[in-house]
Amino acid sequence: MADRKAPASGHDKLMIGQSATGIYIAHAVLILGILVVAFPIYYTFVASTHTLQTILRPPLPLLPGGKFFANYTEALFGGVGRIGGVGVGTLLFNTTVMALGIAIGKIAISILSAYAIVFFRFPLRMTFFWLIFITLMLPVEVRILPTYKVMVDFGLIDTYAGLILPLIASATATLLFRQFFMTIPGELVEAARVDGAGPWRFFFDILLPLSRTNIAALFVILFIYGWTQYLWPLLVTNRNDMNTIVIALKKMVSFADADTQWHLVMVTAMFAIVPPILVVVLMQRWFVRGLVESEK
Amino acid sequence: MTPRVVFPNKVLPYLLVAPQLAITLIFFYWPAGQALYQSMLKEDPFGLKSKFVWFDNFAKVLSQPAYVNSIKVTVVFSVATAAVAMGVALLLAVMAEKVVRSKGFYRTLMIWPYAVAPAIAGMLFLFMFNPSIGSVAVLLRRLGLHWDPVLDGTDAMILLVVAASWKQISYNFLFFVAGLQAIPKSLIEAAAIDGAGETKRFWTIVFPLLAPTTFFLLVINTTYAFFDTFGIVHAVTGGGPGKATETLVYKVYNDGFVNLLLGSSAAQSVILMVIVIALTAIQFRYVERKVHYG
Repeated sequence: MADRKAPASGHDKLMIGQSATGIYIAHAVLILGILVVAFPIYYTFVASTHTLQTILRPPLPLLPGGKFFANYTEALFGGVGRIGGVGVGTLLFNTTVMALGIAIGKIAISILSAYAIVFFRFPLRMTFFWLIFITLMLPVEVRILPTYKVMVDFGLIDTYAGLILPLIASATATLLFRQFFMTIPGELVEAARVDGAGPWRFFFDILLPLSRTNIAALFVILFIYGWTQYLWPLLVTNRNDMNTIVIALKKMVSFADADTQWHLVMVTAMFAIVPPILVVVLMQRWFVRGLVESEK
Repeated sequence: MTPRVVFPNKVLPYLLVAPQLAITLIFFYWPAGQALYQSMLKEDPFGLKSKFVWFDNFAKVLSQPAYVNSIKVTVVFSVATAAVAMGVALLLAVMAEKVVRSKGFYRTLMIWPYAVAPAIAGMLFLFMFNPSIGSVAVLLRRLGLHWDPVLDGTDAMILLVVAASWKQISYNFLFFVAGLQAIPKSLIEAAAIDGAGETKRFWTIVFPLLAPTTFFLLVINTTYAFFDTFGIVHAVTGGGPGKATETLVYKVYNDGFVNLLLGSSAAQSVILMVIVIALTAIQFRYVERKVHYG
């Protein structure tokens, strides 16, 4: 950006070669883009405030209807018949446990292993590093069946541990922390050692506070990752009360079937998409940073 | 690199890597090894007898018309999704770079889809586009467009591509904006002074300098379309109608869990593994180059 100050009126400043018309077109394209991007979510909200009868007689009005409280209360406290009488509350709880478990678990085990790899010297150090690194190339999708079998053998079907554990080994997070730790000057470690700080003291009093922003950034990304999982919860949960909200939603929806409770489906969909959207929007600064950096 | 200052502990580092290593070995290497082993076994449907058959499963899988079809479906789906998601995102990012006012507002709304699970994105689009109760489908019909993603394979594919790209626009948008910001404005202004119009400036300066970002996103989007879209396929079409939208990952799942063809499913897993390794290798090789442009 040129160094000129923006005019006091707050209008778009023009760079050399830019025309005012060009700026208007840019705004128009962006607004159109926003409409396309936001419409499906807005439309879900609209549908969640109408009666089932209104939804079954398309096209749906573009404005919210008057059934907001009726529909939301029914979904939250009525027990949605389609998914075996499990309320939205249980589903939200399961999904939150899974998303938090994955985010916190991943950060914890990768920060520890990155710490070991950067700040210690020990036999097999590089072997371990490569073992972790190669897992980048083994996403769940390519080893579905055998991983499922491991879950059965360990009795982890329909447990929170089963939902969380297999997804928390992450090469990306380890690589990110490793990269960051390598930028920490050796003098800092030396000073800490001279002052008599052991490795744990150094980790908790110096390294963790320094990694705060990295942890926040990673947390947002991983929370979304955990919340939006599909294949894994589909495989390891059989009981309805262990489902995540995304899987439950899939079970509720049947397009061939006339008795799908669309108004309740749409309320459930709102509950499934609003929490992660809030996390992304409220933690936008860390989110953008984490996204751009973790993929570097 | 100068030798780092390190802690002298001998046992502690092993304890620190132990949790990650344990999980990696149990849930990654062991199953991956099993997949490799099983891909060379022939098992009867009851799992009672098995025979080591070397590469028979691979030969069988690759000669199956259904598998070849699935490769085609995946390629069409990935290319279309990457093209749409990246094209739209690039257009929006270029426009967002031009404006100063409301930039933050645009970005905030643009990142919403990132938080939506792919499966839910698929269901929302199916809700809008399905022929019986979808409002958009009804409007299309009134315009005389015959549209039925439930029965028509091409329509189903279009629906999947639209839903999958919608979800990916946020991600591409953020990266394109970051890439555009790294291009020195003086370069563009100099071209403007020399009389290059907006379109010309874009194609001769901005687009070439954006190439590293574009290439990086191409790899990421391909990986996304290959693997992360299982939820969309499973929730929206279930691979149908016919086998018109059966992607490779969906087929692994379907053959393994639904049809219980263990050897075939394992062989397909191994083929996928090779694809991921190739994609990751490409990514790492070219991400190095990205550094030159910041």
